[in-house]
Amino acid sequence: MLLSDQLLKFHLFIYSKQEVEYYQRPAKCLTSPPPFALLITERQETEGWRKTPQAPAEARMQSVCYVRCVRRLWGPAQASQILNVTNMHRSVCQLHHKKVMEDNKPWALISEVGGQGYIEEVTDIMKQHFQIICHKDFLQNPLLHGPKIQAMFVWNALPAPEPALLSSLPSLKVVANGGVGIDHLDVSYITSLGVKVTNTPGVVSNATADIAMGLLLASARNIVEGHQISVNPNTTHTQCQMGVEVTGSTLGIIGMGHIGCKIAQRGKGFDMKILYHNRSRRSVEDEQAVGASYHDNMDDLLKASDFVMLAVNLTPETTGLISHRELSLMKPTATLVNISRGLVVDQDALVKALQSGTIRAAALDVTHPEPLPRDHPLLGLPNVLITPHIGTNTYTTTRRMVQRMVENAMAALKGQTIPNEVKPK
Amino acid sequence: MAEEKTWALVSEVGGEHGYLEELADILKQHFRIICYRELLEDPVLHGPKIQVLFMWKYCPAAEPLLLGLLPSLKVVVSGGVGIDHLDVPFINSLGAKVANTPGVVSDSTADLAMGLLLASARKILDGHQIAIDPKTMHIPQSLMGVEVTGSTLGIIGMGEIGYKIAQRSKGFEMKILYHNRTRRNVEDEQTVRASYCESLDDLLRKSDFVVIAVKLTLDTTGLVGHRELSLMKPTATLVNISRGQVVDQDALVKALQSGSICAAALDVTHPEPLPRDHPLLSLPNVLITPHIGISTYNTARRIVEKMVENALAAVKGLPVPNEVKLQLHNQC
Repeated sequence: MLLSDQLLKFHLFIYSKQEVEYYQRPAKCLTSPPPFALLITERQETEGWRKTPQAPAEARMQSVCYVRCVRRLWGPAQASQILNVTNMHRSVCQLHHKKVMEDNKPWALISEVGGQGYIEEVTDIMKQHFQIICHKDFLQNPLLHGPKIQAMFVWNALPAPEPALLSSLPSLKVVANGGVGIDHLDVSYITSLGVKVTNTPGVVSNATADIAMGLLLASARNIVEGHQISVNPNTTHTQCQMGVEVTGSTLGIIGMGHIGCKIAQRGKGFDMKILYHNRSRRSVEDEQAVGASYHDNMDDLLKASDFVMLAVNLTPETTGLISHRELSLMKPTATLVNISRGLVVDQDALVKALQSGTIRAAALDVTHPEPLPRDHPLLGLPNVLITPHIGTNTYTTTRRMVQRMVENAMAALKGQTIPNEVKPK
Repeated sequence: MAEEKTWALVSEVGGEHGYLEELADILKQHFRIICYRELLEDPVLHGPKIQVLFMWKYCPAAEPLLLGLLPSLKVVVSGGVGIDHLDVPFINSLGAKVANTPGVVSDSTADLAMGLLLASARKILDGHQIAIDPKTMHIPQSLMGVEVTGSTLGIIGMGEIGYKIAQRSKGFEMKILYHNRTRRNVEDEQTVRASYCESLDDLLRKSDFVVIAVKLTLDTTGLVGHRELSLMKPTATLVNISRGQVVDQDALVKALQSGSICAAALDVTHPEPLPRDHPLLSLPNVLITPHIGISTYNTARRIVEKMVENALAAVKGLPVPNEVKLQLHNQC
């Protein structure tokens, strides 16, 4: 019989289901020892109990419950088991030792799995290289867990790397962000503590550019409105508002970074005329690849565009970049598409512009805050399309982001060159 | 004195099936317009004056009863490229020509095809509904879509519209497969990097997105049914911008319910609109738009201009630029 089967059998033999669950609770010492015991001793002094991920098939080799000490064995009838058990003890210790070596992974703090955090499907990527602790579990005993944590993974701005939290992580080496935007991180402050900051540029660009085009097309062609008419129980004949032509129209991209360029590439396929505004002009080669013409003066771009696309990052310079004045320069037939950050746009000005017909429509993947308060005027306007920040929401891209985040953190911990380090200005 | 304009019959101006004012104005520049309702008030008086029938959104329908009232009819001009709703031989037998408006519809139809593909893939409809829902308190992390960039697009029907869809998807680095009655030339294929699939089954098996861009004929009716849907990947999306009847709708419902395919995005159904109790309307993974493939101001205007061009030629006895002539073998 395989050792694994013996183990499992052994577990079943010794523990009832409730006891197994009891012993798996982290950081909880035995107060009332069980009537029965398991022979595996836990070497780590500071650690109480640890739950290991279980799947029934994998449980055989991996699920090893730890018990702090041998109390007493079952009654005399089981005495004959002792020898077997001792042998097993030796083997299990070896197994345990091997597992401990594997489990000697650095600890990383994350927000949560599910809810506002990571989808279940990407946690395996993190667990390959890190021991993960959720913020909620961390908070149960910060003094115990804090010093172990060397990496912090930030997703959707959580957990927030604020002074109170960072001060309880004396061993922290890196704050690794999932996503390219880092406007929510005080990079200067974090790096002043000797902690590196990383993000995930590049891997997010395709999915974000795809959503930008999706929003542009959905808004231009009234796709959401069309669907609602099509499925409305009261629809007898279909009368949908006319849309605006995308092919051959003028696309003005504000922020021609990695994402902006990919949007231009996609726009070109629709024979769109591409204008762009950027802090610095791109190379002639880059411009020619997508047929884009540089507009040093953003006002010129605003006046000439049928679709204005915001793809900047959020900085003090780009906060409120689009306000009353900019909106009034736009064509009344123009559409504003925002896939950057909500704060790049003055939302009150946008509401007024949409209500007054200063611009035709807006399509926003980002707002401030997210989500908007339920009584916000933007939610009630017929010419607004809003999506809940889903720019990178595909399994493929999410996995790539987590992968990159983990790579960045590992490099930081090993003192190697970090692929995507964010340096303070 | 102003020259007498030729009389042309239209459905209506304004209203559910009618022309927008601006578009009717284009017609009025060259023709004396009479609405269907007006004709019916005194068909004996008005009927013989009418030389042109302009069809918009299938109205007025070129049926025997109506055509019988129009002894002087020279041409039926249909706005749009599809002519599956017209009995061309019958109309020809009455001495009238038939014309449509190809070319001018292609860009906006291809745009809509891409719009539907992206909206479906990235759950834009669901996203919007969540974003504006009064009960939404948090941004959901679980609203996941499928990756478009780098995925495989299978185009069934590589005519002008199909080709333009290929051009647009190239910008998304999609891998393009196509199936067509005839293979396109090498140059065309290389420009959009499309690979020909002689076997439709092959295309269905390999594609992440299947876009139907054929015209409706006897050969393409029910082209995509149970078998075809079962060949598709369970993660695949079907996009239809051709005609509702190209797809077996009952088979589509079953495929969506069972997870045989992941989702569908349809600008066309049969009928239009669907009956209000049709299962397609309540499936969560279906996006339906009310045949808006050409619904932009620009394209609508171009269509009307082309309708006028064709009608004027017919009335003057000149060759009609977009005359529809059916070959006999299409009838089988």
